[in-house]
Amino acid sequence: MADSPTPFERFVQGILPENPVYRQLLGLCPTLAVTNGMKPALTMACSVGFVLLCANIVISLIRNLLKPHLRIVIFTLTIATFVTIADRFLAAYFFQMSKTLGPYIPLIIVNCIIICRCEVCASKQGVVTAASDAIGQALGFGLALASIAAVREILGTGMLFGIRVLPDAWPDWVIMVLPPGAFITLGLLLGFVNWMGILKARRSAND
Amino acid sequence: MMYLLDILLISLTAALINNFVLYYFVGICPFVGVSRKVEMAFGMGCAVTFVISIAALISWSITTMVLIPGAPVSSFIAGFFLPEQAAAQIDLTVLSYIVYIFAIASSVQFVEMYVRKYFPMLYGSFGVFLPLITTNCAILFACLTIMSHVTGVDNPADAWDLGKAIALAFFGGVGFTIAIVIMSGIREELELADIPEPFQGAAITLIIGGILAIAFMGFTGVDSGIRDALMPPVEKQVSTRISHQPDIFSNPAALASLDLSSHDPSIQVGLP
Repeated sequence: MADSPTPFERFVQGILPENPVYRQLLGLCPTLAVTNGMKPALTMACSVGFVLLCANIVISLIRNLLKPHLRIVIFTLTIATFVTIADRFLAAYFFQMSKTLGPYIPLIIVNCIIICRCEVCASKQGVVTAASDAIGQALGFGLALASIAAVREILGTGMLFGIRVLPDAWPDWVIMVLPPGAFITLGLLLGFVNWMGILKARRSAND
Repeated sequence: MMYLLDILLISLTAALINNFVLYYFVGICPFVGVSRKVEMAFGMGCAVTFVISIAALISWSITTMVLIPGAPVSSFIAGFFLPEQAAAQIDLTVLSYIVYIFAIASSVQFVEMYVRKYFPMLYGSFGVFLPLITTNCAILFACLTIMSHVTGVDNPADAWDLGKAIALAFFGGVGFTIAIVIMSGIREELELADIPEPFQGAAITLIIGGILAIAFMGFTGVDSGIRDALMPPVEKQVSTRISHQPDIFSNPAALASLDLSSHDPSIQVGLP
């Protein structure tokens, strides 16, 4: 592997091997909060993707001007600007979804994923690398959110995207759309992903 | 009397019923990554409570004095450039998030310097956590909740004053401390248990957090029960019934699928 990964490598890394939720355990707050339906989950994933991409590009453009001890404040202020844009956009064009997501859109400002990517990648790499890293991480985040939301929505309401998937006789596991269901679903899926990783490592160790 | 009842209900709700960690999922990062030592977890909880109260004070003050339409400072400054009518309608709430995060970051910085200089013993017990708290969701969440109760209410008389804002913030921090101390106690016991390899670390912590959340669900309805017991039903006034304020932070999609609140207003699933 080269010293610093190419843009395409960063893009691919972000989706599964360095998945922000399952591997790095960052950004758990929106992951648990908005995943009781597929629609809020995908809206949140798009918002985080937008903010991550824009923040990475801006930070990468000004990376040579950053003073070391002020950089976290600069990251946070940049992210706050783009989150304000995303929040106002959602409030203007998707008002119902904006109310459903509530305070979790502004909480993207303190989402560890974005600050971490700015710190690790955008403040040190060029614009193209930073942008592809952002897109990869955003896709990985969206994948994680979608997987959890699918489980919670199907088991909790028998529907996916509002379309009935399970038969009417299914007793809705209401706990799944309530807070405890979020914790338990994420814990079980995290265990499953870890198990897959262990199997893969064992298989490649045996070869 | 009504005011004290409101404060009591806000505090109880923030600490137990709508616990910041187990209901609103803010502050999960320290919760999952918390040390296995109860003392360190308690120190972290104290630091968060301290910072959250100060941040709430600053953000409430800035919101009511600078940001909302008709605020004293903004209309005074705008009065030099615009006619009186327009100056009173300057609405700076679009800057809220930037202002809040800036206020939180700088107040954490100043608090750390102050505590390190004047209270070295306190600094020894929780000072090391202070820089980590800047990106803690719980602080910003408390500020946002206060903002929604100041700017999002239809009746200006219902807007929260400083007492309610600080009560929410402080007791939200207390609830966070309760949850994190319970979790660290359980993790101390978990060290002796034989956990399957895929679940070690964060996965088992989340599952236990889920069981804790189920336990805390038992507190649902305590606030409306207390309210109905202490306030005679005849004297119900709309301005003090907290449950009738716009419920902006209802749990996403849960209310839509459960349809609880539309029939029985005494069952509150969201933040009053």
